[in-house]
Amino acid sequence: MSKRRVLGLFDGFDPAFAAINDIKAGNVSGVKLDDVEVLSPIEHPDIDEVLEHRKSHVPKWTLFGALFGMIGGFLFLASAQANFLVQPQGGKPVIALPTNIVLTYEMLILSAVIFTVIAFLVTARLFRKRNPLYSEQITVDQVGIEITLDESDLAGLKESFAKHGVLEVREGAL
Amino acid sequence: MHTKDINENLPWSQINKDVMRSMMNPRKAYWVAIIVCIAMISCAVAAEVYQYNVGMGPANLNWPHMWDLYIATFIFWIGMSHPGTLLSAILHIIHADWRKPIYRFAEAMTTFSLMTAGLFPVIHIGRLWNMYWVLPYYSDRGIWPNFRSPLVWDAFAISTYLTSSALFLFIGMIPDLAICRDNTTGWRRKLYTILSLGWRGDDRQWRNFRRTYLLMACFLIPLAVSVHSIVSSDFAMSVMPGWHVTTFPPYFVAGALYSGCAAIMTLFICLRYFFRLEDYMTIPILVKTAKLTFAIAMVWTYLNLIEFASIWYGHNAVDKELLIAKFTGAYSPYFWMMLFIGSVVPFTLASEKLRTHLPTMLVVSLVLNLGMWLERWMIVTPTLSQGYHPFAFDVMWPSMIQWAIVFGSFGWFGLLFLIFVKVFPCVSMYEVKEMCYHRKREAMGVGHGSHAAGGAAGAVTASKTDLEGS
Repeated sequence: MSKRRVLGLFDGFDPAFAAINDIKAGNVSGVKLDDVEVLSPIEHPDIDEVLEHRKSHVPKWTLFGALFGMIGGFLFLASAQANFLVQPQGGKPVIALPTNIVLTYEMLILSAVIFTVIAFLVTARLFRKRNPLYSEQITVDQVGIEITLDESDLAGLKESFAKHGVLEVREGAL
Repeated sequence: MHTKDINENLPWSQINKDVMRSMMNPRKAYWVAIIVCIAMISCAVAAEVYQYNVGMGPANLNWPHMWDLYIATFIFWIGMSHPGTLLSAILHIIHADWRKPIYRFAEAMTTFSLMTAGLFPVIHIGRLWNMYWVLPYYSDRGIWPNFRSPLVWDAFAISTYLTSSALFLFIGMIPDLAICRDNTTGWRRKLYTILSLGWRGDDRQWRNFRRTYLLMACFLIPLAVSVHSIVSSDFAMSVMPGWHVTTFPPYFVAGALYSGCAAIMTLFICLRYFFRLEDYMTIPILVKTAKLTFAIAMVWTYLNLIEFASIWYGHNAVDKELLIAKFTGAYSPYFWMMLFIGSVVPFTLASEKLRTHLPTMLVVSLVLNLGMWLERWMIVTPTLSQGYHPFAFDVMWPSMIQWAIVFGSFGWFGLLFLIFVKVFPCVSMYEVKEMCYHRKREAMGVGHGSHAAGGAAGAVTASKTDLEGS
């Protein structure tokens, strides 16, 4: 069975969420909630709830980045200081904790920020080839629901979209 | 007079059009400002070329005045970078949504202030061909930098802050760059297509975007505080009278927020006029910024009084003599001017009538920034003119070379900023839409989470036409 990709464009969040709730209720055969993607002009807090709280893995990367920056930063400073015993220390310790805390802290933040940005670029799946179904109206005021499904289930989905006042349906082969 | 932060009935397509139009078609005053900035930069370039050829003598920098306007202005520009983080990160975390129409240019201000500040240590060392000396690096003699020195901390902190704030600005702008991509042609479309990184606004992108932005905001707040605390350590870690003060880090942070908030007011009024953004940069938002500036001004005043009291009652003779000299000596007119501008002028912000009058607010914000610049000068120079040794007491006035370079730095900052706001949207379109959407829903009594109930119960009655205006 060939797969199709469908984008339904709605006039705002309410009809789009109603269409998704229809899918959640099992009223559209062959379509699961996991197949649904919502495209919107703004970040709507209810999208997460309607889609049943899909996860973001960015915080894990941030935690790793922060730990990496902290440990790596301190080790860098300490190893540099330990390698440079020629410098007169005036009786002070070679590796001084209080002063190293300042730079360790800065490197913790820098590394955490950089890892967070990399995580965003990877997990948000940016840099992808542009989807031919994409509508520029999504950056204006329309909300899109994109679904990948079997060709045989297409009619049921279109019927559900129409019931909730879809403005336009775009479809293409996967 | 408007009473709302924004007209929530603005149609979303109108928001896109207004902001895009502002980038294409500013008033003539914008081009006049560009010319003025280029003229200011020319003064600085001429002065720097002369200083480069002749040496540091014409700058009047000589022992004991090794630091003067260059370092004072360096601190000023570092300080100017702080309110971008304040408006963007702190107000974002506490869900103060009135920040949304103005945080973008405040973030840009952060980045460009840091880029301006970074010029001064380079100019200060005199020998431009040795500019890499300001960087902490492992030299070819096998010598590591002294990681215990606040000057090395400075280099690390400022480069961390510049990198983080530039990334914060860019990440926050991606959804708007996608809007620009979809609504422009020619070179702009090519530029925005590259910079929007393929953004299409799906739920995965928004979810990760929200987390990323929040996490970066959480890291930027302590970073901003640490940066100016570290800059204050350049002074406080020394034993010089007037500098070796415990309250210096909070004093520097308060001064930074103060000058930056005043600068936000200046730029707010200018951008509102240049780009005809009266519907977005509204008077109620300016009033809120003015109130914030007033509150920070009072914190700054309190920290000044604390510093004076601790020196006075500390009975350290050298510190006390320096304090008396600040009030009565050669620099006293500027010291009194700083106190008057920093502590008395902000009371104009407490007047409702004055803070809604744009020309007055423009003048007040410029005067406040003058006061904050004087503050930095009065930190650096009086201490160097009256240290521990009476034979080294000396009053020095900056030369025209120094004044010209300081003057030109404002032109450099202004030029970078004006180019930015012409090429990139200075109002966050997607966040203004969110602001309008949520305020409209609140007004209609539609709560968060009403869509998640499932089935027909999830469909609230508000249509897009109701929520997004006609």
